[in-house]
Amino acid sequence: MNTESNAPIHRQGTDAINSARTRPFYWSVWRELWENRSIYIAPLIVAVFQVIGFAISTIGLADRRRAVLLLDPAHQRAAIEQPYDLAAMMMIFIVFIVGVFYCLDALHSERRDRSIQFWKSLPVSDLTTVLSKAIIPLVVLPLVAFAIIVCVHLIMVLETSVNLITHGMSPATTWAHVPFFQSWLVLLYGLVALALWHAPIYGWLLLVSGWARRATFLWAVLPLIAIQIFERITFGTSYFGSFLKHRIFGFAPDAFDFQGRTKPVIDSLVQLTPGRYLSSAGLWIGLLVAAVFLGAAVRLRRYRGPL
Amino acid sequence: MASIEARGLRKTFGTTIALDGVDLHVEEGRILGIVGPNGAGKTTALNAILGLTSYQGELKVLGRDPWNARDQLMRDVSFIADVAVLPRWIRVSQLLDYVAGVHPRFDRAKAEGFLSRTTIKRTSKVRELSKGMVAQLHLALVMAIDAKLLVLDEPTLGLDILYRKQFYDSLLNDYFDRSRTIVVTTHQVEEIQDVLTDLMFINRGRIVLECSMEEFESRYVEVMVHPDHVAGARSLNPIHERQVFGRSVLLFDHVDRGQLAALGDVRTPSIADLFVAVMSNSGVGGQKSEIRQGK
Repeated sequence: MNTESNAPIHRQGTDAINSARTRPFYWSVWRELWENRSIYIAPLIVAVFQVIGFAISTIGLADRRRAVLLLDPAHQRAAIEQPYDLAAMMMIFIVFIVGVFYCLDALHSERRDRSIQFWKSLPVSDLTTVLSKAIIPLVVLPLVAFAIIVCVHLIMVLETSVNLITHGMSPATTWAHVPFFQSWLVLLYGLVALALWHAPIYGWLLLVSGWARRATFLWAVLPLIAIQIFERITFGTSYFGSFLKHRIFGFAPDAFDFQGRTKPVIDSLVQLTPGRYLSSAGLWIGLLVAAVFLGAAVRLRRYRGPL
Repeated sequence: MASIEARGLRKTFGTTIALDGVDLHVEEGRILGIVGPNGAGKTTALNAILGLTSYQGELKVLGRDPWNARDQLMRDVSFIADVAVLPRWIRVSQLLDYVAGVHPRFDRAKAEGFLSRTTIKRTSKVRELSKGMVAQLHLALVMAIDAKLLVLDEPTLGLDILYRKQFYDSLLNDYFDRSRTIVVTTHQVEEIQDVLTDLMFINRGRIVLECSMEEFESRYVEVMVHPDHVAGARSLNPIHERQVFGRSVLLFDHVDRGQLAALGDVRTPSIADLFVAVMSNSGVGGQKSEIRQGK
């Protein structure tokens, strides 16, 4: 049937069918996960350490728990909840570090190993490629962190429960004092808020990784330090330093209401302030800057070949 | 329809001129070989065609502007570069998944078919394969893509002679048909002589020779001149002369074959011989070592 005359028509027909079947963005994200297994392996390794560390820490838990239960309810809760919060915080920190190093390498490794020539020989646009890399720290890593933290929490509860039961205590003291579903909701909200807040950081790192020929970390970090030093020496001020600090930690005062407490503790969903967060200038300026950085990275990739 | 249409293609890197006003016209269904010394501008020309480098001048590939529409163009264009550019960390199965997932004209079953003729395992990573196997893998992917234009930039560099032979055999037998166009550069010109339909020599960013292979065979004649006729042969303006086993071998352009047959043994020159002749006439000394003498 595929004769000379109907070949082009046949080809266009299959083209339309196949185009519908291709999912360049989806497969490009998989591609990132295949290449960068640290995205899930690093958090998993940390999780294993957390679980083992916590298991060891449960030695003598029963006595400590009895002591804790003598405290007033607020302190009881704080004491029992603390290791769970700590595990979550550690994991968030780890995925941030993984995200930073992932971004610094994302548009650099394909030039270093020359594979950019292969990727560019396929019908995948620079926009799709850059976005498939940006989605890793913005969506994939927060999801990985969330899933692993939930698992770690569950294992930790199991460890505590086993320990308490074997010492003749009710494991319910943990369940009663740690509102897991609420804290996971807070966690999810916090991860989303943090990822959006950090978007310009990841955008900047991706841009540098696409631009620098080598030493991407230095190119990403040294200019920031240089500006701080320059400002300090010239004007004696440190606005740029506090600006950077704000970009790293500043999401919390907008995303949460700490109700004037000295310690940043969240024990009620009322403290989540998504409305205030979504209307904060810092968020939207950050997203705009991130879009500019990513746009520049897309544009730049067109000019980029093997190193 | 012309697959590639270029007018006044120019590209400079700082003060170095890589392409100096190249005009190119490649019809559909042709197999064009671009031959030139290192640094002649071959790869730059191919990169421009593939949308990998910016350029001045006009260039249309399959009717598209490669620099601004690379991703769309790549639905119809396949490309194998001078070195293995497949990512070393990827598994063969992942590579098949990825290409099948992003390329509308990729026929996975076909690629699997080609691979089943090799010893490449699906679970292997590219880094575990030999250079020849990586080339086989890349070729299997490319041949499973129903492209209109295939660009090969030194595709067999670093492969042993068996793989090189097999590479061009598969390409001709399993891939090429009259609706596809192939552009190939290589230093191993003797291997592609029988494959090509068109030939182009490029030097210092300029085209120094352009002809179809039929034209090549009718225009150029090489004569191993009988010692008695050397003076007479030289008077016919050979474009090149070399000595082989003490006998003069003269290369003629546009000289009647019958007339030359009287002077000695006549044959069609190899592309390599013609290349040496043209390059030494265009004033490039020391280029002879650049290409391997064929036959």
